[in-house]
Amino acid sequence: MQDNKDLMMLDSVERYIKGEMNPDERLFFENLRKTNSEIDQMVVEHTLFLRQVNRYAVRKDFAANLNDIHHKLENAGTITTAANQHTGKLVFLWKKYKRVAGIAASIAGITAVGLSLLFNSVAPHPKDPQVKELVSKIEVLDQKTKNLDQKIDHVDNKATAAANSNASGIDINARYNGTGFLIDGKGLMITNAHVVKRSVNIYVENNKGEKFKAIVLKQDPARDVAIIKIVDDRFKPVASLPYGIRKTASDIAEPIFTLAFPSDKMVYGEGYLSAKTGFNGDTLSFQISVPANPGNSGGPVFNRNGEVIGILSAKEVGAEGAVFAVQSKYIFQALDSLRKNQLYEKVKVSQKSTLNGLDQTVQVKKIEDYIFMVKGD
Amino acid sequence: MKVAYNEKELLKGLAQNDKTAIETIYKQNYNMVQALIINNNGLADDAKDIFQEALIVLYEKVTTGNFELNCQIKTYLYSVSRRLWLKRLQQTNRYSSDLVNTDQIVAVEEDMEEHQKKDEEFEVMHQALATLGEPCKSLLEAFYLQKRNMQDIAADFGYTNADNAKTQKYKCLMRLKKTFFAKYHKGDV
Repeated sequence: MQDNKDLMMLDSVERYIKGEMNPDERLFFENLRKTNSEIDQMVVEHTLFLRQVNRYAVRKDFAANLNDIHHKLENAGTITTAANQHTGKLVFLWKKYKRVAGIAASIAGITAVGLSLLFNSVAPHPKDPQVKELVSKIEVLDQKTKNLDQKIDHVDNKATAAANSNASGIDINARYNGTGFLIDGKGLMITNAHVVKRSVNIYVENNKGEKFKAIVLKQDPARDVAIIKIVDDRFKPVASLPYGIRKTASDIAEPIFTLAFPSDKMVYGEGYLSAKTGFNGDTLSFQISVPANPGNSGGPVFNRNGEVIGILSAKEVGAEGAVFAVQSKYIFQALDSLRKNQLYEKVKVSQKSTLNGLDQTVQVKKIEDYIFMVKGD
Repeated sequence: MKVAYNEKELLKGLAQNDKTAIETIYKQNYNMVQALIINNNGLADDAKDIFQEALIVLYEKVTTGNFELNCQIKTYLYSVSRRLWLKRLQQTNRYSSDLVNTDQIVAVEEDMEEHQKKDEEFEVMHQALATLGEPCKSLLEAFYLQKRNMQDIAADFGYTNADNAKTQKYKCLMRLKKTFFAKYHKGDV
């Protein structure tokens, strides 16, 4: 009861401060305020509080605005992000002592070459044990890749079983499905190679149920990365994406989230990066702890700044919660090889995310339009 | 003088949160501040942080009703960025001597003090909201920050009616005010 009274009182105070009272009410309240110091104190305190909240809101808005503008100008090329140059001083010193350093370096070089020549002629020649070691290392790696492939196949089979949703609108009988995400505004997307490798025709479908035809541009089965492109006139290009792709590796325990289509609905998952390497120490991928189901394959893994740090790719059979993701740097490698094709020479991918500092719900809202279901026959 | 007029228009636009005005100021000054930071031990990301904070300082200044800048926007932003960057360098122990650049600067100490105070207040509110937890944080943000009405919020957060949402909001608000004022008074801001 007391609670209810307090609630109504605070509500009145708030309406009074915001000027939402009608004149009679206002007069009554002002009289009350004059006679009751407790209420007066409440008004003073709440005014201060509301002012602070307001300032907070205004500044938060303004900062978000600035981020948008920065991103926009950067994309338009109006402002250019300079390459990092460490110290003005260092450069100056380098210029000044370049010649001296050059002479010193060449003396050192000559000495080194001379010494090694001497050494080689004196020392006995061992029978390449190191080369052999490398070969056996390669064999081990091969085995590992095969193991990983088996796991992937397993996930694939599961996906096949799950993927029998109808493909109305586009005439494809989908047997494989996964998730993919845009990496540029013109319709280039990333997914797993194992999602599309057996399909002749593929299409993508967004959260709103709109379907677009797509083609596979590049597949890298070893890294399990595929680049696909939407080739549908109904797809409207977007000016810029809210998220960026991270080039460098991420740290253990970093909070992450995933968005993917295990069914016809987009599902959000939350977890953390649990190991820097993937299955059996595979260095192409990393391990995350997040719920995953068939169909999650190819979905982006985001860090809290809204940067894509990986592509969700496989799940260890029999171990709960061990999910693997391909490191995002391989997206850049796949793109580099795509650029060899003249048509795609100028493809650009942003590393900048505009989602930094936003709440997770807002981040997801901004991202969700760019995540697609990938289906193939 | 046409130039001065334009500058005043820009500041007015900034105060009214006009996107084109902000964009113009951004365009005209970003590269200059970036050069300052990069030439003095900084990275491109630092440049973005510092420049945006400098813009917030200017924004705070003009929104308190004072469009009168006794210098050009450029000079002001440069001076503020310089101060901010010096402070950042000192904090991270990277400070060696004075900054290499010695362009024209104006005194901005007063504004910086004002900004620091506001910055601390912002942090206190940010922390208070962060420690609140869900659904309180989102509920209060929807009402006080996004300024949505109670019916809307009730529907969105799954309350059966606006009154229920109001009760929940009240409870959350009391918690927020408690944490906020505890830090606010302690910090003496």
